[in-house]
Amino acid sequence: MKEPLLRVRDLKTYFVTERGRGTARAVDGVSFDLYPGETLGIVGESGCGKTVTSLSILRLIPEPPGHIRPGSFIEFEGRNLLTLSPPELRAVRGNRIAMIFQEPMTSLNPVFTVGDQIAEAAIVHQRLSRRAARARALEMLRLVGIPDPEARLDDYPHQLSGGICQRVMIAMALVCHPQVLIADEPTTALDVTIQAQILELLERLQAELGMAIMLITHDLGIVAGSADRVVVMYAGQVVETAPTPELFTRAQHPYTEGLMASVPRLDRPPAARLHSIPGNVPAATDWPSGCRFHPRCPYAWDKCRAEEPPLLETGGAGHTARCWLVAEPQRRMRRS
Amino acid sequence: MTPRHWAVLLALLAAAAIGALGLRAGTAGSDAARRFFRHPTAAFAVGVLLFFVLIAVCAPLVAPYDPSAQLEIVQLQNRPPSWMHPLGTDLYSRDLLSRLVFGARVSLAVGTLAMLVAVSLGAVVGLLAGYFHRWMDGVLMRLVDVGLAVPRIFLLLIAVSLWSQLPLAILVLTIGLTGWFATSRLVRAEVLSRRELAYVDAARALGAPPARVILRHVLPNAVAPLIVSAALGIGSVMLLEASLSFLGIGVAPPTPSWGNMIADGKEQIATAPWTTLSPGLAIVLVVMALNAVGDALRDALDPRREAT
Repeated sequence: MKEPLLRVRDLKTYFVTERGRGTARAVDGVSFDLYPGETLGIVGESGCGKTVTSLSILRLIPEPPGHIRPGSFIEFEGRNLLTLSPPELRAVRGNRIAMIFQEPMTSLNPVFTVGDQIAEAAIVHQRLSRRAARARALEMLRLVGIPDPEARLDDYPHQLSGGICQRVMIAMALVCHPQVLIADEPTTALDVTIQAQILELLERLQAELGMAIMLITHDLGIVAGSADRVVVMYAGQVVETAPTPELFTRAQHPYTEGLMASVPRLDRPPAARLHSIPGNVPAATDWPSGCRFHPRCPYAWDKCRAEEPPLLETGGAGHTARCWLVAEPQRRMRRS
Repeated sequence: MTPRHWAVLLALLAAAAIGALGLRAGTAGSDAARRFFRHPTAAFAVGVLLFFVLIAVCAPLVAPYDPSAQLEIVQLQNRPPSWMHPLGTDLYSRDLLSRLVFGARVSLAVGTLAMLVAVSLGAVVGLLAGYFHRWMDGVLMRLVDVGLAVPRIFLLLIAVSLWSQLPLAILVLTIGLTGWFATSRLVRAEVLSRRELAYVDAARALGAPPARVILRHVLPNAVAPLIVSAALGIGSVMLLEASLSFLGIGVAPPTPSWGNMIADGKEQIATAPWTTLSPGLAIVLVVMALNAVGDALRDALDPRREAT
């Protein structure tokens, strides 16, 4: 297999809560690799730490209250992003690693035209003249498939629809041809038909520009359609990693199973109640002992309460799961 | 007052009117200008300001006499308006129109410059405090608290007492340096609410350095209240200058300012009301025009307000 482009090792991002009472361990020892040209899906419900993970990679965590613990390691192009000086870091942001955000309408600055905003990264990183940057912006608008790009160049964000705004965001992120694109819930704020268009666009651009995409989402449907590999997060940790087809056919972690079972499906009777995982995500200041999923897990036994499982090899290629069931599969049988 | 002076005065009046209307017509293509001139008083206010700025700039051409010359100490004392002296003369037989015209220079310059000092200082402090938070915010805002707690007039009196004849530059600086506290609060509050917005994060994720983030992404979105406060501020500084001059500690006579003209006339307000009326009206007109322009600018600078 190729060398990873981005290696995240033991990433811990903590937040000191109000009045210094406790520490929210939002991301607690996350490790994964991103390979060139692949799409890595990162899934999990709200509060599992997926957005904090992506913000940590570009060190956009507000400090205070947040901080990345020493010992965390994010390697990109042979350097640890966590030890770069601010100017070195800025040379990476938007240039080598770019990011698009969840809310296209609020992620665009209302007082600048679309053209100005797309040109910004080119002006910052490549020191283009205004004229050259404008030409560049126009080219980007064409690339992301916006109709009548010349006219859109001088529009303000409030004059555009959500789908077009998201295309503009993508154009902004891709101006400098980054190696890595972090897409944090890029389609959550859009309606379903536009969602499909945006995902198709990302796929096409990935093929054309050869970048790796980190696709952060809570929607398993998006993952199934777009991602090559999937990282499932729960309670600030990676609980399962696998290639997409493997994950959807042989999920090992009970949390992943639960997520899959809660997706509505056409081949089930419409009257059947949708499965839901009992309980709530625990508070980040107070993760449960042992396996963090044990209070909600149908299989949990003594060992799960006492001892935290490591990521165990399941036997499938590149498939690991943080669950004692992998070591003792007979317990799964006994219950069912 | 010769026909030439009348001609110049009328020409400037016409120029101001044409300028204001021309500005409205000439910028009709731009959204911002359309939102600006949608206010019914905006064009009128621009005209008023333009007129006063023009007569201040062309003061030697408009003023028929030397503003501090005592023309005829017996005959021309407290004369009501006439063709020779359109605004009348004051107690010292000086021509009021000439004084009003040259006073416009002083009053407008003091107001504008002092406000520039105050607004830029307030904006810088507010931006730093709001964007960098943490200890910088604490230190700067406590400083502002102190500044707001000390009555401004005392600070001005202290400054005044250091000079026997207060230079205009010092007056401007003192008014400016004591006038930025509220502005910095305003800007800080605006920055605090804006710095958490997604597009500020997006700009940082793009690799923009802090100065660029502040100047391009935070400041332009915080500029509307800043401009409104500046426009209102010029008015209030002009009033402050007027009251200081009225108290005899602002612009020193015989240099005319609208404030000390009112002061000079206050004794005869019953017998020669024109001596206080014209500078008073000038202040009222300019301050009201500034307020109207400030209001219109606030709408014009916010592209989210659709023209309907």
